[in-house]
Amino acid sequence: MPAGPRRRNDATMSPAIRIARRELRAGFARGLRGFRVFLACLALGIAAIAAVGSVRTAITEGLSREGATLLGGDASVEFTYRFADAAERAALDDLGTVSERVEFRSMVVVPGPEGTDRALTEVKGVDTAYPLYGAVQLDPPGPLADAFAGETPGAVMDPVLADRLGLGIGDTFRLGEATFRLAARIETEPDDAGGGFGLGPRTLVRTADLDGSGLIAPGTLYETEYGVLLPPGTDLDAAQADLAAALPEGGYRWRDRRDGAPGIRRFVERLSAFLVLVGLSGLTVGGIGVASAVRAHMVEKTATVATLKTLGATSRTIFTAFALQIGAVTLLATVLGLALGAALPILASPILAERLPVPAAISVYPRPLAEAALYGALAAALFTLWPLAKAQDIRAAALFREAGGLPAGLPRRGYLAATAALLVLLVGTAAMLSGIPLLTLYTTGGLLLSFVALLGAAWITRRLARRAARARWLRGRTALRTALGAVGGPGGEAGAVVLSLGLGLTVLAAVGQIDANLRAAIERDLPDRAPAFFMVDIQPDQIDRFKEIVDTDPAVETARAAPMLRGILTQINGQDATEVAGDHWVLRGDRGVTYSDAPPPDTKITAGEWWPSDYEGENLVSFASEEAEELGLELGDRLTLNVLGRDIEARISSFREVDFSTAGIGFVMSMNPAALTGAPHSWIATVYAPPEAEARLLREVTEAFPNVTAIGVRDAIERVSGILSGVAAAITYGAGATLVTGAVVLIGAAAAGTRARIYEAAILKTVGASRGTILAGFALRWVILGLAAGLVAAAAGAAAGWGVSVYIMETEFRFAPVSALAIVLGGIALTLAAGLAFAWAPLAARPAGILRARD
Amino acid sequence: MSDAVLSLADVQLTLDGNTGPVEILRGITLDVARGETLGLVGPSGSGKSSLLMVMGGLERATGGRVMALGNDLTALSEDALARVRRSHMGVVFQSFHLIPTMTALENVATPLELAGHADAFERAAEELAAVGLGKRLEHYPSELSGGEQQRVALARAAAPRPAILLADEPTGNLDGTTGQAIMDLLFGLNERHGSTLVLVTHAPDLAARCDRTIRLEDGHLARRAEAAE
Repeated sequence: MPAGPRRRNDATMSPAIRIARRELRAGFARGLRGFRVFLACLALGIAAIAAVGSVRTAITEGLSREGATLLGGDASVEFTYRFADAAERAALDDLGTVSERVEFRSMVVVPGPEGTDRALTEVKGVDTAYPLYGAVQLDPPGPLADAFAGETPGAVMDPVLADRLGLGIGDTFRLGEATFRLAARIETEPDDAGGGFGLGPRTLVRTADLDGSGLIAPGTLYETEYGVLLPPGTDLDAAQADLAAALPEGGYRWRDRRDGAPGIRRFVERLSAFLVLVGLSGLTVGGIGVASAVRAHMVEKTATVATLKTLGATSRTIFTAFALQIGAVTLLATVLGLALGAALPILASPILAERLPVPAAISVYPRPLAEAALYGALAAALFTLWPLAKAQDIRAAALFREAGGLPAGLPRRGYLAATAALLVLLVGTAAMLSGIPLLTLYTTGGLLLSFVALLGAAWITRRLARRAARARWLRGRTALRTALGAVGGPGGEAGAVVLSLGLGLTVLAAVGQIDANLRAAIERDLPDRAPAFFMVDIQPDQIDRFKEIVDTDPAVETARAAPMLRGILTQINGQDATEVAGDHWVLRGDRGVTYSDAPPPDTKITAGEWWPSDYEGENLVSFASEEAEELGLELGDRLTLNVLGRDIEARISSFREVDFSTAGIGFVMSMNPAALTGAPHSWIATVYAPPEAEARLLREVTEAFPNVTAIGVRDAIERVSGILSGVAAAITYGAGATLVTGAVVLIGAAAAGTRARIYEAAILKTVGASRGTILAGFALRWVILGLAAGLVAAAAGAAAGWGVSVYIMETEFRFAPVSALAIVLGGIALTLAAGLAFAWAPLAARPAGILRARD
Repeated sequence: MSDAVLSLADVQLTLDGNTGPVEILRGITLDVARGETLGLVGPSGSGKSSLLMVMGGLERATGGRVMALGNDLTALSEDALARVRRSHMGVVFQSFHLIPTMTALENVATPLELAGHADAFERAAEELAAVGLGKRLEHYPSELSGGEQQRVALARAAAPRPAILLADEPTGNLDGTTGQAIMDLLFGLNERHGSTLVLVTHAPDLAARCDRTIRLEDGHLARRAEAAE
């Protein structure tokens, strides 16, 4: 018959479906007893990924909906260190209603009877059109225009800053040379989230009132943004093209409401992609639980499988029947996980709204749920394939043998290939969907390595336990010997426990080691080498006097100053720089550029030569050697630098070592002085001084030069530390979710072993063991397993911490013993708690009933 | 019987079944003398195994009194019962009941360890050698045949030199030849060490080897039957 293969398939499928249906019916009748851990593990893993994905989508959606408000207009055009000239302004006005904003850092100076108080602030100067979207909410409430009005110009301020300086409504303060009156405190600022992370709290003033402050001069560091309110129905691409046609020279940056806060969006995307990776490790832990559950289920079904085989069922029928059953349970777990993952962000939306710096449109989004379901399906297939494949090899003769268990050895070759294919598919999907393929590959590689290491550790633990159980010195210590025997003997739960708990603990241990090293690096290394202040915006006519002040101050240990311009490296040898060198931080936005007649002290030239004094030939540049290597630059390469809209071309004449980790002055590019002649610029200085002299020094410098902004390095580090703490906390919560899944697997293993332990306890009671001895034996075995999982996790976490510290953070790695100890003790506590929770039944059971049931 | 190591007086055992309480033993009164071999026979469900369990303190009688070597088993706590067993009783089951995570040697050494014998492992090895398993000391139960497992169980029961050996159909899961060998070992222990042996069996020839046979029917003692000799 021509339909041969189809008939064969039908012959397999229909009995398989019938068997699967009967098995499922029996499973449901027992309340899915054998599948509870399976359901919990898979549902938790899917829920975590779905929840993270949903929050990410909600933020992206929120950013997109509020794009215009966050951006301060339908479109925004940004200039660096200059205002738009007349032609540019005219071109902008042609597009629609324009609002001009200028932003820079400065010092708020408050003179008082007990001395002058100062604090760093991020100033935003606005015009009368501001804000184009949304409103600035003030306390006391009122229109912004009224707040700015008055004989002494009004200003509004972040309450944090006002409180720090003790400024009340109506009090006056100085910005540079200009005096302002605090008119109100800012409650919300519509376009605040778009700017990224500022170093200081906000002060909002009318730009016109900054005239005479001396803060906005050529060469000082400020940015201008022109928000544009486009007429309704304007095509954004067409508007962008119109501006490009009107301003063919360029020199500005266009953004529009479609991506109102790209910095925040990228940050959220990165962090949530990383959290999805943490979620994937959770799913891996869950996968171990799933695999254990399916294995246990199939062991329990040995007699059924053997009977079916006796009755004529083929291996394929067996595999299909149980795969269908597992598939149905997977479907149920997926529905549960998706429901939980979709519900969690909605339930947590009040907390999220309060904690997130950006608007999040919390809702049910199909895409993240579909992604989570896909991950869940792939993980379930990956982890159940092996036990299912082994189960189909159960022989009919198993009916006549006493010992249960799946056949030993590897499954058939086809299943090995399918396992490998599923693994590649899962990793590939994660790499594609996460948006950070390289990190995904590293993470999954790390997970695989940890997985193998933990498998090895479980094997070693069993071998050691088996050997120790026979040790002479253990004779007479029955509890310890029974514990070691249970860990090392056949059919123990060592593998599942060490793997599931170990993997969860490894993620936590790695976060702990990295976090501890990062904090140690900040606390230990930086204060030794870092300056007390960065002084910026020192004007060329102020630099000599500035040097005189700091050089003669006995408290100042060292002070270094360098001229600074900001420029964008646009071309390498006449070609677009990003096309030549790819995405590198040096090419992202503008970089500081300096000039110098001679190399600064302690400069180490690694290749080429510095230009001679008073050199006036072709423009030359000395480039940081490490970054040059990363960009693939060579001596003699021509670089084009856009400084304030003007292209400057220079040839690389030398490479030199620049250590950015010292927080001192470090420039990627230093040019010969003649190359930058005429370009407006200011000076930057680092001042090294002991903490107790910082306040006085700040006062003296800012009194002498009101326009100079001093950035306290200690404050800046604190802010960065704060952000890092937040990131570490988010990752720790993610790792915590992994550990919860690990705990579920652990509880599953403890519960699954209860029958075996009841039996064991019955025999031990028969041969004369007291309940104390039996309980001690149980407790010790969990301690041994927890200790093994904890030790391996601490070691793997330290290895991950070492890798990240040495290769990514480029700092020295020091093993953090407290974190490691916490991991080991945590592992022991978790296993002990899970194990002892199930100890009552074995202790309480009467031996006669148990042993008779087994006869 | 004045020299009784086991003395049961009006022993009742009622267990909770699915359909309500089930009377398993209904007033058993019985003495077993030191060194005696006693066969318990009767149809399935007559209460033989339950009676054996009550004698070993593995099941607590719900009425009456069970005295073993001067201890009132009905009044002892769970742990006190375990202590009586570890020193004075050995139990052999139809399904062997070895601890699967322990080797043969460890299984046999465990009661000796629990009884505080410093030379538990040496004695266990000797005991295993005595039942012909001197070369299988490090094997796990799953690596042994049924007959070998039962010999380990026998060695474990005999190792502390108990005054009382309780055996519940010890050959029920074994073929005829192996079963015969096990019974020879069991009766040999009784002869060599003077242990009292109480044996539950369905096999008339085994019952016939006992000094005395008691038949149970529906929880009652049916009749006394003296052994063939």
